[in-house]
Amino acid sequence: MVFLGQFPALTGATMNIRQGEVVLIKGPNGAGKSTLLRLCAGLLPMRSGTGTVLNFDLRTQRMELRAHIGLLGHRTGLYPDLTVNENLKFWASAYGANNVEIDKAMSFFGLNDRLGSVQVQNLSEGQRRRTSLALLLIKRPSIWLLDEPYAGLDSNGRELVNSCILEATQLGTTVLIASHEIDKIGSTQERTLLVKGGRIVSDNEEDSEG
Amino acid sequence: MFRDAWLVTKKDLLIEMRSRILVNQIAPYTLLILVLFGFALDADTETLRDTGPGLFWVSTLLVAILAIQRSVDVETSDSAIDRLMLSGISPTSIYVGKTIGLYIQLIILEALLFVVMVVLFDLSVVNYPLVVVSAVVTTLAISSSGTLYGVIASGLGVRETLLPVLFLPVLAPAVIGATRAFGDAFGRVNADGWAWLGLLSVIAIVYTLVGMLTYGNILEDT
Repeated sequence: MVFLGQFPALTGATMNIRQGEVVLIKGPNGAGKSTLLRLCAGLLPMRSGTGTVLNFDLRTQRMELRAHIGLLGHRTGLYPDLTVNENLKFWASAYGANNVEIDKAMSFFGLNDRLGSVQVQNLSEGQRRRTSLALLLIKRPSIWLLDEPYAGLDSNGRELVNSCILEATQLGTTVLIASHEIDKIGSTQERTLLVKGGRIVSDNEEDSEG
Repeated sequence: MFRDAWLVTKKDLLIEMRSRILVNQIAPYTLLILVLFGFALDADTETLRDTGPGLFWVSTLLVAILAIQRSVDVETSDSAIDRLMLSGISPTSIYVGKTIGLYIQLIILEALLFVVMVVLFDLSVVNYPLVVVSAVVTTLAISSSGTLYGVIASGLGVRETLLPVLFLPVLAPAVIGATRAFGDAFGRVNADGWAWLGLLSVIAIVYTLVGMLTYGNILEDT
């Protein structure tokens, strides 16, 4: 069980996700999708229940887990006063990545040299999203937690996100996506969870097994 | 730890250089405070000289509140704090990095404030080493406790109003000590400034250690 303040945001979530799976988390606004992702990222404490992500206990080893997680939240987590290049270089240094990885990620998401020198506060929503996604490529975490990753992206941007996800899963990355906007990514290991009122009410894998 | 801390410091200073909030907004506010004190206490320069050390530190504290709020805003405005927590940088490194960043900004503001005060209040310094060392130590106390209380207030969601209420009482002993030390350095009070500096050093060390030990837990709860 997870509380946001006094509000029980997630009250019933039982799931077992395998490495390399792509899990689409669907549900209405306020259902608990973002809370579920933040719980898996180790950013929220569990009031009750048990959970393990990458063999890290969600009650006692949240701090150790976080270095292996890539989270794209509603907000981009960038510094608006810094340029795209400065943001990427700061986070790359924090992740221990090098310039080659920065260039590769920038080029993948179409962040050219001209955009690199623009302050993030002057970018469009879609460009900020791309910058934020580029940071996932730079960090190369074991699990990607994407909260509405398609928000603000054009069709080209959405295709880039999908190909990026598929490429990552082929390398064994597990991806959880909370989104209203898609029903399918195209991965062979794809699964859909439906969250309502803080509970997982449907899991198409369990449904098909049952 | 120090590599990561320095990374955070460099980032905070770069953000300040880009946004120029320190130069364009906080520094003018600092000067305005001193000028207003000058008007409020009349043109009696003797009164200004006697109260100068106290006015300097009160002004510094008021300015520090703005700088602290800015330091917290940088991390919370677009949830960069979440990314920072997921980056693998330890909370202690984040704390040390942000404290050093705030420290450098406050030292720059204090230098400006000092020059203006000496000129405006017609003060003469009799002990420069005491001025420098007490400013260095007191600023550490302010920045270390400010970084900690900034994140506490941000977690409670009412940062603008709550931060001064939490922060100013904690800093009261440091301000008393710093005012005494400055008073001695300016030759305005009959006090042993170096003895007050001893107290200031203890306060600065304790606040820094408490910050390093507790910042991670507080960050978890915010």
